[in-house]
Amino acid sequence: MRRLINQRPEILSRLLLAASPFFLAFLAYALASQARLAINPTDKLLPAWSTILDAINRMTFVPDLRSGDYLLLLDTMVSLQRLAIGVGLAMLAGFVIGVLQGLIPYVRATLANFTNVVSMIPALAILPILFITFGLGETAKIVLIFVGIVPFIIRDLAQRVEEIPHEQIIKAQTLGASTWQIIIRIVVPQMLPRLIDSVRLSLGPAWLYLIAAEAIAAESGLGYRIFLMRRYLSMDVILPYVAWITFLAFFLDFLLRGLRRVSFGWMYRGHM
Amino acid sequence: MTRVTVENVWKTYGKQTVLERINFETAPQSFISLVGPSGCGKSTFLRMLLGDEKPSQGRILVDGVPLQAEPSPDRGVVFQKYSVFPHLTALQNVMLGLELGQSPVLGRLFGKKRRTARDMSREMLKSVGLEAAESKYPAELSGGMQQRLAIAQALVKRPKLLLLDEPFGALDPGIRAEVHEILLALWRETGMTIFMVTHDLSEAFKLGTRVIAFDRRKTRPEELEAYGATITFDLPVMRKIVPPSGAVTSPAETAEAMPKVAVAG
Repeated sequence: MRRLINQRPEILSRLLLAASPFFLAFLAYALASQARLAINPTDKLLPAWSTILDAINRMTFVPDLRSGDYLLLLDTMVSLQRLAIGVGLAMLAGFVIGVLQGLIPYVRATLANFTNVVSMIPALAILPILFITFGLGETAKIVLIFVGIVPFIIRDLAQRVEEIPHEQIIKAQTLGASTWQIIIRIVVPQMLPRLIDSVRLSLGPAWLYLIAAEAIAAESGLGYRIFLMRRYLSMDVILPYVAWITFLAFFLDFLLRGLRRVSFGWMYRGHM
Repeated sequence: MTRVTVENVWKTYGKQTVLERINFETAPQSFISLVGPSGCGKSTFLRMLLGDEKPSQGRILVDGVPLQAEPSPDRGVVFQKYSVFPHLTALQNVMLGLELGQSPVLGRLFGKKRRTARDMSREMLKSVGLEAAESKYPAELSGGMQQRLAIAQALVKRPKLLLLDEPFGALDPGIRAEVHEILLALWRETGMTIFMVTHDLSEAFKLGTRVIAFDRRKTRPEELEAYGATITFDLPVMRKIVPPSGAVTSPAETAEAMPKVAVAG
């Protein structure tokens, strides 16, 4: 009998194994839902599949009675816009500061400790400050996402830059490179794929901050809708919204991974 | 024709003396092998030549001018690894030196200048036998090819000094001999001065016109901190000879035994 660590599933059993937890989760839900509905047909906590499908249909394809908007579409666009601006700005600032902090000793001496301290501030704790300072509009939400993830991106990038072998930096200097040329020809091209990794890791917290900000003060958005529906115990809307957010997060991650692979072929060639 | 003068160079880190009283001068177009046991400071010395480290005392002159305290394009370098840039193809790696020199803002060339640089770089790649691999990334090249690429990349700047830090340490013997031939041919052609740190004595004697060994003269534990390594023998290689294996055992023996071998050979 071979050791457990040396036994590997074949392709078919791997697929079955991967699918089984999902299947079990759905099964558990279906059984629990059925049991509750059997006792009380008006139960709202675990709605039947048909109720959920109705809700999805209503939110997606039927214009809202009051505003005439397609709510799921509206919420998705609004949330993604906030997320994109917040993450985009954090990505830009984090990249520039991270590269400089990692490469230039004077910048590191000035900023490294500050970045480390700021990254320890729980961003949600300063959300009230942001609402007071920036009002309840879009700015506060975007700033929360930005503040929440930018210290991580800076630290991660700075760390990666410091991991570039010293030999490479020396070699570049013997080829006549100035500091600026080292940045644009050696450091930036090697750090762009790292930036994508860093952003992928930040997306989880970014969603968290987005939904938190929307839950507290917003007029639309995926997080807003979920928290609004909570008042009516509308699990039939909340559950598909959660699934939709999960899908969006997964899809964004997938896109970023694809971008990395397509744009930075040198990282993969010869290693595969 | 480059002449390197080393004047009473010391290197200390805090209380630890690594190198002491290093003095020598090189003839133009020398190929100098630096040998010695691990930790004797030969790589530290190479890094001082490179400008990556500063001597604690003394100075190093190239053609009578003190060395700049940071790496510069008149000194090429090849390390044991990480010498080439993983995100550039072989051709781009070689072109980089030319592009950096001519384009301070973008670090890239366009149009006619680019074509000229590309042709020069292709020529360079050809001289190390890599013309067929120009569009490959370093990760796709074998160890020997990567080191040949690193040599081509350094030489495209036409440096006065080429500094090699155990450049062939990770290569198979067969490949190593092949790269030796390429290096010797390029050295004869360009007339530059080469310093090579190596662990391999036969390589040191095969390639070098002069072999300099670093070692500690004082090895009692209480002396280790205060006394650094210095030149324990300095030997011109008149003919290309390979010392019989096993001839070199202890540093003390080496200092006396090696000249005899050289004369006898």
